[in-house]
Amino acid sequence: MKSFDDQQRMARRTFLEGSGLGALALASVLDQDGLQADALSPRKSHGVPRARRLIYLHMVGAPSQLDLFDEKPVLREHDGRECPAELIEGQRFAFLKARPRLMGSPFAFRKYGDAGITLSELLPHTGQLADELALIRTVQTEEFNHGPAQVFMQTGFGRQGRPSLGSWVTYGLGSAAVDLPAFVVLVTGLTPGGGSSLWGNGFLPSVYQGVRFRAKGDPVLFASNPAGIDRGARGRIVSDVVRLNRLRSRVSRDPEIETRIANYELAFRMQASVPELMDISNEPRHVLEMYGISPGQPGFASNCLLARRLVEKGVRMVQLFDQGWDHHGNIRKRLPEKCRQVDRPIAALLRDLRQRGLLDETLVVFGGEFGRTPMLQGQVGTAAGRDHHKDAFSVWLAGGGVRGGQVIGQTDELGYFPVEDPVDIHDLHATILHLLGLDHQRLTYRFQGRDYRLTDVGGTLVSQLLT
Amino acid sequence: MTVKRPDMVFRFLSLVVFLGPSLVAAEPVKVDFVRDIRPILHRHCVGCHGPRRQEARLRLDARVATRRGGISGPILDRDPDRSLLMARLEGRNGLRRMPLERPALTERELMLIRRWVRAGAPWPDGIGPREAPLSRHWAYQPPRRPPVPRVPGASHSPVDSFLDVRIREAGLVPALLADRRTLIRRVWLDLLGVPPTLGDVDRFLADREPGAWERLVDRLLASPRYGERWASPWLDAARYADSNGYQRDGRREAWAWRDWVIDAINADLPFDRFTIEQLAGDLLPGATVENRIATGFHRSTMANVEAGTDAEEERVLAVFDRVNTTGVVWLGTTLECAQCHHHKYDPISQREYYQLFAFFNNTQSEIETIGTRRELTGPKVELPRPQEFITRHRKLLRRVKQLERQQAALSRKLKQQQSEWEQEVRTDPTSVRAPKWVARLLQRPSGKWTAAEKKRVREYHQKQSKAWTRLKKSLTQARVERDRLAPRTTLVMSERKKPRITRRLVRGDFLDPAEVLLAATPAVLPPLPVTDSPSRLDLARWLVDSRNPLVARVVVNRQWAFLFGRGLVESLDDFGTRGAPPSHPRLLDWLATELVRLEWSRKRLHRLLVTSLAYQRRSVTSASHRQVDPDNRLYARVSRRRLSAELIRDNCLAIAGLLSDKMGGPPVFPVQPAGVWNHIGVASNLWRTSQNEDLYRRGVYVYWRRTVPYPSFVNFDAPSREVCSVFRSPSNTPLQALTLLNDPVFVEAAGALAARGLDEVSTTAEPLERLQLLFGLAASRRPTKDEAAVLVDRYRYERARLASSPKQVEQLVKQGHPRGTQRTAEQNIELAAWLHVANVILNLDEVITRE
Repeated sequence: MKSFDDQQRMARRTFLEGSGLGALALASVLDQDGLQADALSPRKSHGVPRARRLIYLHMVGAPSQLDLFDEKPVLREHDGRECPAELIEGQRFAFLKARPRLMGSPFAFRKYGDAGITLSELLPHTGQLADELALIRTVQTEEFNHGPAQVFMQTGFGRQGRPSLGSWVTYGLGSAAVDLPAFVVLVTGLTPGGGSSLWGNGFLPSVYQGVRFRAKGDPVLFASNPAGIDRGARGRIVSDVVRLNRLRSRVSRDPEIETRIANYELAFRMQASVPELMDISNEPRHVLEMYGISPGQPGFASNCLLARRLVEKGVRMVQLFDQGWDHHGNIRKRLPEKCRQVDRPIAALLRDLRQRGLLDETLVVFGGEFGRTPMLQGQVGTAAGRDHHKDAFSVWLAGGGVRGGQVIGQTDELGYFPVEDPVDIHDLHATILHLLGLDHQRLTYRFQGRDYRLTDVGGTLVSQLLT
Repeated sequence: MTVKRPDMVFRFLSLVVFLGPSLVAAEPVKVDFVRDIRPILHRHCVGCHGPRRQEARLRLDARVATRRGGISGPILDRDPDRSLLMARLEGRNGLRRMPLERPALTERELMLIRRWVRAGAPWPDGIGPREAPLSRHWAYQPPRRPPVPRVPGASHSPVDSFLDVRIREAGLVPALLADRRTLIRRVWLDLLGVPPTLGDVDRFLADREPGAWERLVDRLLASPRYGERWASPWLDAARYADSNGYQRDGRREAWAWRDWVIDAINADLPFDRFTIEQLAGDLLPGATVENRIATGFHRSTMANVEAGTDAEEERVLAVFDRVNTTGVVWLGTTLECAQCHHHKYDPISQREYYQLFAFFNNTQSEIETIGTRRELTGPKVELPRPQEFITRHRKLLRRVKQLERQQAALSRKLKQQQSEWEQEVRTDPTSVRAPKWVARLLQRPSGKWTAAEKKRVREYHQKQSKAWTRLKKSLTQARVERDRLAPRTTLVMSERKKPRITRRLVRGDFLDPAEVLLAATPAVLPPLPVTDSPSRLDLARWLVDSRNPLVARVVVNRQWAFLFGRGLVESLDDFGTRGAPPSHPRLLDWLATELVRLEWSRKRLHRLLVTSLAYQRRSVTSASHRQVDPDNRLYARVSRRRLSAELIRDNCLAIAGLLSDKMGGPPVFPVQPAGVWNHIGVASNLWRTSQNEDLYRRGVYVYWRRTVPYPSFVNFDAPSREVCSVFRSPSNTPLQALTLLNDPVFVEAAGALAARGLDEVSTTAEPLERLQLLFGLAASRRPTKDEAAVLVDRYRYERARLASSPKQVEQLVKQGHPRGTQRTAEQNIELAAWLHVANVILNLDEVITRE
């Protein structure tokens, strides 16, 4: 039997032959001189892939792990007390003068699933799928401002300019989507502080960058042809652009032209496929209800549904960002609000993927760019919030190759530091790549005389997580 | 695995602070620095705090450095109990004992140091190095002008000599010079951001005299288009925008600063002066309005005017942004790490950060609560305008007041008449011909009307009065006219009379101020000449002082990157230890010193760079180039580069003959798809599309809303201008293809280009002739036979097809050439067919690329 990717490759060929693009365009996608020709064709992975695509749910602003994933009774006992000196001494805030106070979670925790994973009452829907989740409670990052930390989380480096996880994945595996970008980004709310670098290609060829779809209005601006240019005419125009660019490419040998050719072909296909994809009105009502989508109201819930539709079409990586998790104050009110927005859709996404048999080959990751402090910020009382915390926070994975229903790592009684199994961002990335069949040490790109990788010089597999 | 035991944390809760020995038996010994102290320092300290490493930026091998102290400030004090050095060596005050993880000093050694400290830490002359640079990092050493290497063969400019050495070392031969058509298009797009006209190309081709290239370059440098093109990267660096940013992102008026930049660049204001006026023009003796307008540079910070924001927090954030932007733009240094803690990699301490902060900390408040809303206020200047405007504006102010009084009086009068009128309607609705809803409403007693109903009835009644309608119209007109003549303003910097006290903010938290700090510059850089309460002006002068090792390098490096595609230091914003090392350090230093020699002239620097052979080489790559130097790090050829966002549109409008050369003034609103501005909050989402010429102004004048910049610009990598950015990454995406194919602006340009083909070539001409015009306008060259065949076929096919599709023809003519001349049906078919061809041409990679 043919592999999934082979089938997609065939579909790609068949599609192009059947499209208005003609033989020249087809040639460019299939067999021009080597590498550049089909930078996005599906490729063999290094090892046995457990998942073939990735949905990454990034909660922008950093949700509080102490109120959602990592219950700390001792912290609650010491609620309102001054923070132990030991925690402040020698840490990044060695200059802190005033001693902050501790804050126990104001929310109750329960055990969920057969595995009995302890999660917050704020996540009842996700909790129902606890047996699918591998929850890591000891993720650590090096950055503690949003922009750099988001960039670190998505690119493995604290400054803008490196390729993003999604770019590395598409670089490693190519695209299995015929008429959609390999890497799609959906943002709920404003663009995160890390900006488009979060889905940028860095020094990788630009075909690997994420394409952002708009949640409102025309999903992709300028996807519609002007009045008077029908699809046939557009196809002929694109075909001419491709032919002339190819003639130019033979003279100037600039790989960027090949990328541009591929992008014109993809743009043409997207003109048909994107509106169809984004139109969720043909989804049955029970599906919309499961996600909690109110028709005509774009938001995180509809983005979750779109994520499923995208992976169904073979999109390699879908990156969701959801704004509004930076709870420096009023965490008692604002955190439950945010959870209500995402809990149900996320559970629906997992369930929907499972029902369609897609969860086995789709990896779903949930997390923020860092965590939040056991110390409170602001005034004791209802207005209190939590500050940024980089030393221990929670991320969960589910789906292809993930042994669900387990907790990895343990933090100290205050949830400040890991006491067991710390996992840094490179470890997390190495594990994600591994699940996708990529060896993080072999997935390299030569730039400035050095072989770069997503995991820099680090990265240890979190083997406990694997099935 | 780093594992901390859970119980450890709580052990420390009860930890008793350990107090070190406070007294050591006195011993009548006279301490001699060289005999007693220096050996101790060298044995225990200098390994980490010496010439090789400066942990905590501290050096203990030189007098000047020891007295300066490290990141925590001075370490010496006549009272040894207050000396940080002693506290560290003894492990007092909860500080970790030095030397870290090594045996402590002996009692005797401690006693000696203690005495030495008490004696005022005498350190005789000539002991240890005289100067003690805090860093050996290349970027902090002053650039030394290297001799220009001698290269066999005729090198054109010193730039080439430096480059050729390396090219030869790599066993490469530099590429040949590009042909003249490529060259003229390259230099027009680079220097002016618009393509040459066909006439310009012909003139250059015809100029066979020596010096033709230099003459062309000089002509371009004198064009006003030059300032418009080079303003854009500076606006990115200055994070200039027409809106406040953040969630609310309302409008602000600051365009006069943008015009100042364009004018300054066109006038070739030397970069040192350009700097001083922008950072501190308001503080110059006898500052002019223009000098003050220049300070808009640092008023371009975002402003959060959301309800519930803390005024002081917002103010501090703006000052942070000013410090950080100054760091990137002039020092090539990312300072923001030091907001919260000592810079991890570069020699900037947190104290030093706040000492820089102090320079910007005296500005007036910029956000105020007005009524229930918070607004961006702060210092502004009124732009100069003719006296006649001022007089007329005053008159209108009076007239509006007068009309308002009249309106109030009439309103009172009408109110008195209203009950009578109501009664009339009630008794006989037909007599006053009131609409049904009025009659119905009046059936109910007026006491039971809702407020809205009351208002509706009142307004209806008022409208029945001719005098009222007339008055209202006059008032509206007068108000519009008044607003039109109102003085335009722009945001500027201005100092408070009473200086603010600057404190270090612990972890950058404005609620957690620590010690008081005075304005000062980082120790790693040359000292500020003024030490007594230096001002923002002193800082500006210090930045562009030729002793500053960074500024000239940073500036030439950016200009190099704009012309050659990559910086000699690739990290344009980071010359620190984590930045990229320079690929050609000697060339960089030569250029840096040359910039100073050229009196900081941007135009002369550009002339120097574009007249080098390196700039004029072919971009076509040979196999050996690709193999040895795939990324063109040696500059043996020229790298092709996609045009930047604004220039893609400018270039396209120019090719189509649509581009306006009108300069300056308020931002313009070219065609934009509906619904792009759909931001939550109170700020207006109204995109009022410009009229006539303003639809086709250069991109630098397009309204820049931070949260939603102009869509085609976004698709071509324009930054949001929320924060300083000195480099745009050139992406290549399907969205760009869709933009060029379908954005109404580019569709219209295709129509206009098609129309040029019809209007500028004789009606009897062959299609090939028309095509050559279109293609030549777009690419500054003739199409090859193969290219022409594809495009003429496109024309013929569409021409035949459209003959039987009048609807499509009509649609295309309407969108593609909305303001075109009247044409016959036949001519419209021609136009629609050529629009297809023009659409192809304007989408070619070559057309949006500078070869």
